[in-house]
Amino acid sequence: MTHLLEVVDIAKHYPSGKGAVKAVDGVSFTLERGETLALVGESGCGKSTTARLVLRLIERSRGTVRFNGEDITALSPGALRRFRRNAQIIFQDPYASLNPRLRVGEAIMEPMEVHGIGTPAERRKRMEELLGLVGLAPYHAARYPHEFSGGQRQRIGIARALAVQPELVVCDEPVSALDVSIQAQVVNLLKDLQARFGLSFLFIAHDLAVVKHMADRIAVMYLGRIVEVAQTNELFANPRHPYTRALLAAIPHPDPARRGHVKPLGGDLPSPLNPPPGCHFHTRCPFATEICRSQDPVATGGAHSVACHHADTLPPMGAAYEGHISEAARRRLARYAEASAARSLAG
Amino acid sequence: MTLLSVENLVTSFKTSAGEVRAVDGVSIAVERGQTLGIVGESGCGKSVLSLSIMQLLAHPGRVVEGKVLLEGRNLLDLSARQMRAVRGREIAMIFQEPMTSLNPVHSIGYQITEAMRAHEPSLSAAELRNRAVAVLDRVRIPSAARRFDEYPHQLSGGMRQRVMIAMALACKPKLLIADEPTTALDVTVQAQILELLRELQAENGMGIILITHDLGVIAEMADRVSVMYAGRVVERSSSAELFDDPQHPYTLGLLGSIPRVDEEKDRLTAIEGAVPPPFAWPPGCRFAPRCPFSIEACTQAPPALREVAPDHAAACLEAPL
Repeated sequence: MTHLLEVVDIAKHYPSGKGAVKAVDGVSFTLERGETLALVGESGCGKSTTARLVLRLIERSRGTVRFNGEDITALSPGALRRFRRNAQIIFQDPYASLNPRLRVGEAIMEPMEVHGIGTPAERRKRMEELLGLVGLAPYHAARYPHEFSGGQRQRIGIARALAVQPELVVCDEPVSALDVSIQAQVVNLLKDLQARFGLSFLFIAHDLAVVKHMADRIAVMYLGRIVEVAQTNELFANPRHPYTRALLAAIPHPDPARRGHVKPLGGDLPSPLNPPPGCHFHTRCPFATEICRSQDPVATGGAHSVACHHADTLPPMGAAYEGHISEAARRRLARYAEASAARSLAG
Repeated sequence: MTLLSVENLVTSFKTSAGEVRAVDGVSIAVERGQTLGIVGESGCGKSVLSLSIMQLLAHPGRVVEGKVLLEGRNLLDLSARQMRAVRGREIAMIFQEPMTSLNPVHSIGYQITEAMRAHEPSLSAAELRNRAVAVLDRVRIPSAARRFDEYPHQLSGGMRQRVMIAMALACKPKLLIADEPTTALDVTVQAQILELLRELQAENGMGIILITHDLGVIAEMADRVSVMYAGRVVERSSSAELFDDPQHPYTLGLLGSIPRVDEEKDRLTAIEGAVPPPFAWPPGCRFAPRCPFSIEACTQAPPALREVAPDHAAACLEAPL
């Protein structure tokens, strides 16, 4: 069977006075049905641009995107519309991504109208089902976005994306604008919906901890390129690219005994206008040698692929930190989860 | 003497919807050379608390009760003019979004020297420049002398936050209030900024109030922690104790909500519901409507913050759980 999504050597270059900003510069990956692939990286790495290229919200400079085997970069406007019914997106900022003048019910029904799905009565019924599905109530349909909290707005965004029963949902940092306790609600909701409807997620994030929880596989991006791809557990157990290691080492853990173990990465992200030649990471990499400064590394390694000249000779980093949580905290957290589940069952 | 001690502070906003006590009887203390972490989510009052300490509240916000004692002196008794001498020189503040806190039309150097010009008008232009370059250098801004004449848009997010820190430190304050200083930054840049704050503190012995919603940052930085919810402190202890022996259900909910890199779990233990807006705060314990352990008595009267273990207080009738 074909991959649900296959991206081959896609690039987006923005012309600029002295050359081009290479926002995405030769990215390839696949996504299977029912799978979550995370694209992870820091600001400016090109992860959101990649997401928009996949949906053809912006036009590529080169490369191919196949969805169910069909090249979407060559679709006619009508065929593109049919593709978009199957591929939806949830945005980062639920405040900016909902039309303030549309009632929530109208916002959720709009995609169905656009794609000519159902009669008005059917659409209304489906909209009310969707509200229930994301944990809102039917009476919320008559309200406006400003009457909702950030977490509720993100639920509305999710309902709207699911309205047309897509196979692929691109989640562009769906929880990073939310409070911690609300993040957990939305992450749980996305996982439940995925299990229920067999959704495939392309999950864009800068937070490796959230991604560890959501993703089956992780692709780490740096300055427009993917530097490492692996199964989630494998990536955390055996991070190979020096940049992946730096990202993992920079996460502060909720464990005071770990204080001082956080290792900052030196320097700043170079400008994508004039990315360093060779391996883009060499200017900040502690292992860089002459070859890194002159030649682009090629991704090797099959299922756990890494683009680093020295991947095979780097000292092992060992697994990412295996956290400690005290017995008392663990016991109370279990009680909390139990009591919380009991109450939500009770109503 | 404690560097800063806030006692039973109440900050009120008179609005058309009625009086809102965004900070409602909060007490905190910070010692020299130590970091107090204040944890809480949007709407818990943590930023109003810091603005109350600095007396930077905008109308209709007003401190109506309590004391803010800086080395024993109640800042609330000071005149506006006296308070100006405190801000920047004795207490400085850095904010979450360095781009909106920096003035885009003035050079970095102009903005760093602003506090020095206000507090030490006798300094010459050359002295100001030397000091500013030294402090930029100290926060590890590369080619500091050149950056002095540059503008905020020419710097990356991490560099802008370094400039903010440089501005805050220009007059060697005793206390630094850092309100979500790394929230807008990437994780590798966050690590750089946290390391820098720790080094600077070790060097000059300043006290830090670090406001954040990120328990990872708290674990990394704080000596003591106050957890805030809906305008009140609900738990207070040393940082080690808070993570070893969390007592308040809200603290537990926060801990359960963090996806941990080290744990295999299908579901996060989310806190149900959302923080109520201040004009809809329930009587009694404000966390009660979301709390899986709440009992009838929780809805009657606000629970007092009381010792549940040595040097560890929680405002919960059910504690210790």
